Amino acid sequence: MSLTFDSARLANPHLTSDHESWRGQLRKFIDAEIMPFADDWDEAGEIPIELWPKAAAVGLLGMGFPEEFGGTLEGIDSWHNWIANEELARIGVGGIPASLMVHGIGLPPVLNWGSQALKELVAPQVLAGTRHIALGITEPGGGSDVAQLQTTAVRDGDDYVVNGSKTYITGGMRANWVSTAVRTGGAGAGGVSMLLIPTDTPGFSRTELDHKQGWWASDTATLYFDDVRVPVANLLGEENRGFNVIMTNFNGERMFMAAAMEACGRVCLEEAVQWAQERKTFGKRLADHQVIRHKIAQMKQKLNATQAYIRVCYESIEAGNPNPGDIALLKVQASETMEFCAREAMQILGGSGYMRGNRVERIYREVRVNAIGGGSEEIMRDLAARQYGV
Amino acid sequence: MKVLVAVKRVVDYNVKVRAKADGTGADLNNVKMAINPFCEIAIEEAVRLKEAGVATEVIAVSIGDKSCQEQIRTALALGADRGIQVETDGSPEPLVVAKLLKGVIAKEEPQLVILGKQSIDGDNNQTGQMLGALTNMPQGTFASEIKVEGDKLNVTREIDGGLQTIALNLPAIVTTDLRLNEPRYASLPNIMKAKKKQLDVYTPADLGVEPSAHLTTVKVEPPAERQAGIIVESVEQLVDKLKNEAKVIS
Repeated sequence: MSLTFDSARLANPHLTSDHESWRGQLRKFIDAEIMPFADDWDEAGEIPIELWPKAAAVGLLGMGFPEEFGGTLEGIDSWHNWIANEELARIGVGGIPASLMVHGIGLPPVLNWGSQALKELVAPQVLAGTRHIALGITEPGGGSDVAQLQTTAVRDGDDYVVNGSKTYITGGMRANWVSTAVRTGGAGAGGVSMLLIPTDTPGFSRTELDHKQGWWASDTATLYFDDVRVPVANLLGEENRGFNVIMTNFNGERMFMAAAMEACGRVCLEEAVQWAQERKTFGKRLADHQVIRHKIAQMKQKLNATQAYIRVCYESIEAGNPNPGDIALLKVQASETMEFCAREAMQILGGSGYMRGNRVERIYREVRVNAIGGGSEEIMRDLAARQYGV
Repeated sequence: MKVLVAVKRVVDYNVKVRAKADGTGADLNNVKMAINPFCEIAIEEAVRLKEAGVATEVIAVSIGDKSCQEQIRTALALGADRGIQVETDGSPEPLVVAKLLKGVIAKEEPQLVILGKQSIDGDNNQTGQMLGALTNMPQGTFASEIKVEGDKLNVTREIDGGLQTIALNLPAIVTTDLRLNEPRYASLPNIMKAKKKQLDVYTPADLGVEPSAHLTTVKVEPPAERQAGIIVESVEQLVDKLKNEAKVIS
């Protein structure tokens, strides 16, 4: 036995030959088309635009989306998703999946709530990787408290006139469309609508947020709306029912993030174990020192617990009865596990781990974006407590 | 033209294999498995022949327990039309594999059989050649290019010191070298469609073969660990060490 990314994965009885085949082919794609360049892309703060059509061709972008728009839906289940999230996290450059797969949060509002014409315009191009979509919720004035957002959309004839701004928008610099949360009504959750805003509309502008702790490869933007006129037909769902659209989006995003975080923790384990078995101190391998062995065992312990929890949540999704409280707490479980594994792996790697250009150093810097983005640990616990009726 | 391609389930080439502590074999517990890379090249070549309109049907065959269906399904996702599993316990030795493949050839009567030149686990490099002998079919081994011309097959072979092109009469057997092609990735939609393709399971008895073992694995052990190098003080010392320690000059 050894502890590698693959051998440290608990057996999952739900996996069939097509799941394993998907993992194998996706890994080949990633190892050839992404892995050799990942470091450079992260340092450069940009992913080449050619990657999207390539990811579309291997079926990654279309996974879980309807065939009529160029996706693959029939037979796709949570386990295909888990595998994709794991394999993308294995790159060890979080900005790549964050940016490449951002349509995973930007497109569902269009497909679930938009008009047929809107779906036909947007979805085929996004799933082919030729055009891009992002999700715009967070504002400079607040993130977690979605119900209080301040960007307004005022009805004027057949248009809404949008004013305000959004920030920390992943994929925001590249996006051709943004599924945007706006205030169309009164205060609170009941005045929020979702609107698909094309970024080539006059009055739209954006600036890049390029001084981030992690996720360097991912473009992150602040978006500005100055009297941006958007057709009423671009409404996603009913007017003033946008809060519901936003909330139904979150479970998928949190599962995506939890799966990725556990896999990042496993990358840390793999790197730490490999180093501990090679490096010699005081006449023996690092791995022969009890203090190091215990660190490794504890990392595996927490990864095991997180993997089992992920599986339970995916099982509940497959059964059609997911519990949002459990999924919120899974996200906390996963970010704490990632944080622990990044810390312990860094302690084991020592100076070599501290140098840029290795996966542990990067994952260490990408703990916080995972612990905060998609719902902070504090908000997740609060949401869970409310779900449980405490 | 019907093309039969053999695929083998092996440890993924990225995995650092460890010998079991008792020396009876490699530790395959929880290890990632994949199609043997040379077999993947064989599948790719067959699929390209089909795309070029030369082949009409591509059949992928694998020999092993139920888990090798995973590799057959991957071959189907890569473009093979249907699959055959010959069910055996574990992974039989090359001669048994060749006999079983001969049985499949008798049933399917392919015009062309493509195999990897060797598998990365056993590294035997025997099955294609044995199959040629058993079926009395001409063989082109270590192929870096193949071209079908009428009922002839031109095979460019990688040999010591260069390339050799031979002409074979079809039906024929080809084993692939690394440079024959660069295999594609199977896309997710094709993986899902492959689930619906036909996969037949035969027993060795169905093919009239009684698996028999002629080989015994005596011991499996890891290669000796490389010793740390030293810096010599002088040319004389170097010559002395080469002569008396390494014994590479006299």
